[in-house]
Amino acid sequence: MTETTENARQAQRKAAMAVLAHSDAADIMGRLDAVALPAHENLREPENGLVMVRGRIGGDGAPFNLGEATVSRAAVRLSTGEVGFGYTLGRDRQKARMIALCDAMLQSDQFAGAVESGVIAPLRAAMVANRNRDAAETAATRVDFYTLVRGEG
Amino acid sequence: MYVAVKGGERAIENAHRLLAHERRGDRDVPEVSLDQISEQLSLGVDRVMTEGSLYDRELAALAIKQARGDMIEAIFLVRAFRATLPRFGATEPVDTGEMQVRRRISSTFKDIPGGQILGPTFDYTHRLLDPQLAEGWVPEPPATGEASAAAMPRVTDILGRDGLIEPSPEAVADSAVGDLTREPLSFPADRDLRLQNLARADEGFLLALGYSSQRGYGRNHPFAGEIRFGVVEVEFFAEDAGFAVPLGGIALTECQMVNQFKGSASEAPCFTRGYGLAFGQSERKTMSMALVDRTLRARELAEEVVAPAQDEEFVMSHSDNVQATGFVEHLKLPHYVDFQSELGLLRKLRKEFAEAAEAPEMQEAAE
Repeated sequence: MTETTENARQAQRKAAMAVLAHSDAADIMGRLDAVALPAHENLREPENGLVMVRGRIGGDGAPFNLGEATVSRAAVRLSTGEVGFGYTLGRDRQKARMIALCDAMLQSDQFAGAVESGVIAPLRAAMVANRNRDAAETAATRVDFYTLVRGEG
Repeated sequence: MYVAVKGGERAIENAHRLLAHERRGDRDVPEVSLDQISEQLSLGVDRVMTEGSLYDRELAALAIKQARGDMIEAIFLVRAFRATLPRFGATEPVDTGEMQVRRRISSTFKDIPGGQILGPTFDYTHRLLDPQLAEGWVPEPPATGEASAAAMPRVTDILGRDGLIEPSPEAVADSAVGDLTREPLSFPADRDLRLQNLARADEGFLLALGYSSQRGYGRNHPFAGEIRFGVVEVEFFAEDAGFAVPLGGIALTECQMVNQFKGSASEAPCFTRGYGLAFGQSERKTMSMALVDRTLRARELAEEVVAPAQDEEFVMSHSDNVQATGFVEHLKLPHYVDFQSELGLLRKLRKEFAEAAEAPEMQEAAE
């Protein structure tokens, strides 16, 4: 596989992970239930942990430690060998496992299409719809302040 | 010295049982759920996450419920929980410039690219108690407008283009980011450590210090250059995957304070800045934090340290409400042995005092 296609695949996996991390576990499960799943096993048992969230001084300067966040992670291997990784904020280990499973399937020529169209695409559409709704609500609070000139000049 | 006492186990057990009963309150009143706390007391949850230094809404809601609404107790519970989980590592630094903004205002420019967006705010409310809320009132759905695709650069970035404001300090290559949860504080402390300390610091303490600096105890002439609140994406470099994986989004508030000038014979004067960042919608906290971040830069900016808000050892040693409450509240634990020894000493001193007072009279009587 060339470097370009490798990068493209990594970008696709990352984009899918972002959608899944933003989705509710129940919604992911609902979508996965409708897809034929390959045989797989846990390569890393789903587990909880913490990450230290970093910000930047002034927003764009040197990093500093803001505070921690709970995360869950898992790794899944398909019987055909593909290994997928799942990471998400929060303590839902099953969600991390489902993300890992989707990630593994995305790397399989046999299953990538099904998981992309059956799971990722509809969840992405829901995520975008949520964001657009939030953005529209937010936009309604945009103001035009104007300063009043006092007196004559 | 604190000498431990034993006993009282049954009383302690029964006291905790009584606490659980009181926490539940009148059993004819429905119990509050974690979802209700998280959704309807959301700013309290944000504060517990920020000062508990752990982003997890559900855990913060549980802590608030368990602590009967006592915020510092809830923060204490969250801090203690952190110790039960392993840390996988640190995230990539979040980019607040790419925030999905829910609120963004500037008190320095009215026409900023991307606009002024009020979002959900208490500002401009009349602070009159609303009896409707006591009666199961259902609010209207929010109004909607046309969202703009325009970028929302940080206001400080706009000022920075003309050199009117000092740039943010750049990362020093190969130097580790300070972490006060791993190494005890020592002074002087660098700005990364100071910001970590301020981020988890008690809001009331920072509010009072920031206020004191505005009133003249320390040099501060600030403008709120920008306050923004919204969701930022978090990524974590996962060794096993071999790339930075997305973890999801977290809500953050950021405050950029713009302060009066520094300059020198070789450098043109420019605005200086203070920075605040916190989990959730924590506006008062980040504004106070940014004020105190700026006052604590006195040493770096060659300003005379004359006020508490400029004294980093004073501020950083007293900002943590879990440490503070531990030391203040330990006073209520049994100190019987200590107190007995002080009583003994006091009785001895009083006896000596009485003897000294009697002694001259005896002398007079003898003459």
